[in-house]
This record gives sequence, structure tokens and C-alpha cells, in this order.
Amino acid sequence: MQRQVALIKQSLFDQGYLDEQFMELEELQDDANPNFVEEVSALYFKDSARLINNIDQALERGSFDFNRLDSYMHQFKGSSTSIGASKVKAECTKFREYCRAGNAEGCLRTFQQLKKEHSTLRKKLEHYFQLARQAGPKETARRPK
Amino acid sequence: MQYQKRSTPFSSNPQSLFSLVDMAEVLLPEMLDISNDTSSLTSSQELLHVLAVDDSMVDRKFIERLLRVSSCKVTVVDSATRALQYLGLDGENGSVGFEDLKINLIMTDYSMPGMTGYELLKKIKESSIFREIPVVIMSSENILPRIDRCLEEGAEDFLLKPVKLADVKRLRDSLMKAEERAFKNMMHKRELEVNDIYSQLKRAKI
Repeated sequence: MQRQVALIKQSLFDQGYLDEQFMELEELQDDANPNFVEEVSALYFKDSARLINNIDQALERGSFDFNRLDSYMHQFKGSSTSIGASKVKAECTKFREYCRAGNAEGCLRTFQQLKKEHSTLRKKLEHYFQLARQAGPKETARRPK
Repeated sequence: MQYQKRSTPFSSNPQSLFSLVDMAEVLLPEMLDISNDTSSLTSSQELLHVLAVDDSMVDRKFIERLLRVSSCKVTVVDSATRALQYLGLDGENGSVGFEDLKINLIMTDYSMPGMTGYELLKKIKESSIFREIPVVIMSSENILPRIDRCLEEGAEDFLLKPVKLADVKRLRDSLMKAEERAFKNMMHKRELEVNDIYSQLKRAKI
């Protein structure tokens, strides 16, 4: 069970879903705060759901306020960076480039891709955290005492 | 902290020497008190208190954890406006009652809606009470003119996000060193004062 958890985590890194920042977060966990990464992750998905909603609404209205869209995406990119969500972060960067170029079509396309990556990551992390909890505290990386 | 009270024949002391002895009696035990309490800088009352400012929920949770792991006391707020309120710089109450607020470091995000971290930095440096507090700016964007502007305005440091534990530890260590230096200077000054009093006492042949 514990090996399974380790393998899942490794594949998330290998496939580029997560980067070193996720490991930095794990370094901050200890006995007193064993669920820190899961808590940050939950906060991230709550926050990013709000942003996705805002962007969806802004895009549906049809009028492309690129400044506003860029501002939302700046926030989205920021929190994605803080949690180590590598693929999502890359889509945020692309989206911002299209904003700056005033390319509405590019924005729309990228946003669809972003939502896909976001959803995939959420499922994978939920699965990972669930297994990690079942496997017991040994499996998540901890700070040396 | 127990100390030996020097017994003095008060009744036979002339008035002018009385005050010297009083001063010595106050200063000497205070010095012993401080010098014997070697953990005063790291005891729970003396933890570095950091005010962190960030509009991002995720980043607030992250920086708070980084600071706690680095043994700092943390206060987190979600905007520059709230930071000013916390410091009493929002013009509502004046600075009455905020002189005792002990903040050792302020860490603020640069890009925030409403007031930016840069504007917050300026307000802090304009304040007579808080201008000495080091302010660190955090930003996800590596923009040189932005960094220059912040440093010119008196920022202690500029950190690229995501902030690393090593960055926080480095900040904490340099702050602790500065506190230690200030502490040693104070001790040295006290020592000089006490020596001065005792040489006066000696001359008066007590």
C-alpha cells in the first residue's frame, strides 16, 4: 500500500503534473501538522474554482476585457505556482500571452485546456491524498526533527 | 532572579552618595538578571513577530507555515489596508496605543488589489513608529525596475515567489543577529554606567 502511494506520487512528478514546489510543501509537514499539503491543496482548488467561474462568466459575456482576464489569470498562476501545479501553471502562462496579444480565440482555446488540466490534477491529487491517508503517516515526506 | 543585596549603612551615608548607591543597587541586579538569562532572545516572549500581507489564500497559508516552521510568531492579513489598520496607521485612531506593538519584520506581496505592497512600504517608511521595521517585498514577477524601486524606497529585501524556507531562515537569522548586536550594545552601555558609579563610590571611599 505504501509502495503504491510512493509510485503514484512519483508518476505525478514524472508526468509533469507536479514540480519541486510540491516537495517544498511536503517538507513543511510534521507530526503536529501532518495534513498541511492536503489542506493547502483543498484551499487551492476552492480558490481556483472561484477564479474559473469568474473567467467563465467574463468569457461568456463575449466582451473580452483582456486586462481583467489577465488579472484573474495572474492570481490563478500565482496560486498554481505556490502549490507546484506545473501543467496548470503552463496553461496560465499561455493564456496570459494570448491576453497580451489580444487574441480572443487563443484565450478561449487555452482556457478549455486549462480547465481540463485543472480537473485532471484535482482528481489525481484527491486519489493520492486518500491513499496516503489510508497507508498511514509514514509515506508522506516529513521534515527531519 | 536572586541577587545579593549589598548592605549599606544608610544612616551614616551623606545624601549625595545615597543616590549613587541606589543607582548601583538598581543597575547591578538588572545586569545580573539579563546576563544570566541567556535564553532571553529565544524564549517564547522574544520570538520574532512577523506581519505577513498577501491577498492570495494559498500564499497566506504557505507563508504562515514557512514562518511558524522558522520559529516566528505570525500575524497574517489579506490586504495592505488591513495591515495599516493592524499597525494603527490607517488614520482612524492615530498611533495611540500602537507604540507597544512589537513587530520585527513585515513581509508583503507586491501585487495586491487596492493598495500595492509598494504603497504599503511607503506608508510604513513614512511612519515615525514603524519606519525602522524591515519590510520585505514578495513577487512572482522578476521585474528589475520594480525591484529597484522597492529597494530604493527602503525595502530590506525582495523575494521571488514561491518563497523558499531557506529565504525565510536567512531573514530570521539576520534579524536575530541585529537584535543580538543591539542587545550587546545595551549591555555594554549598562556596564559602563555601573563602572562609572562604582568608581565614584570608590572615590567617595564607601
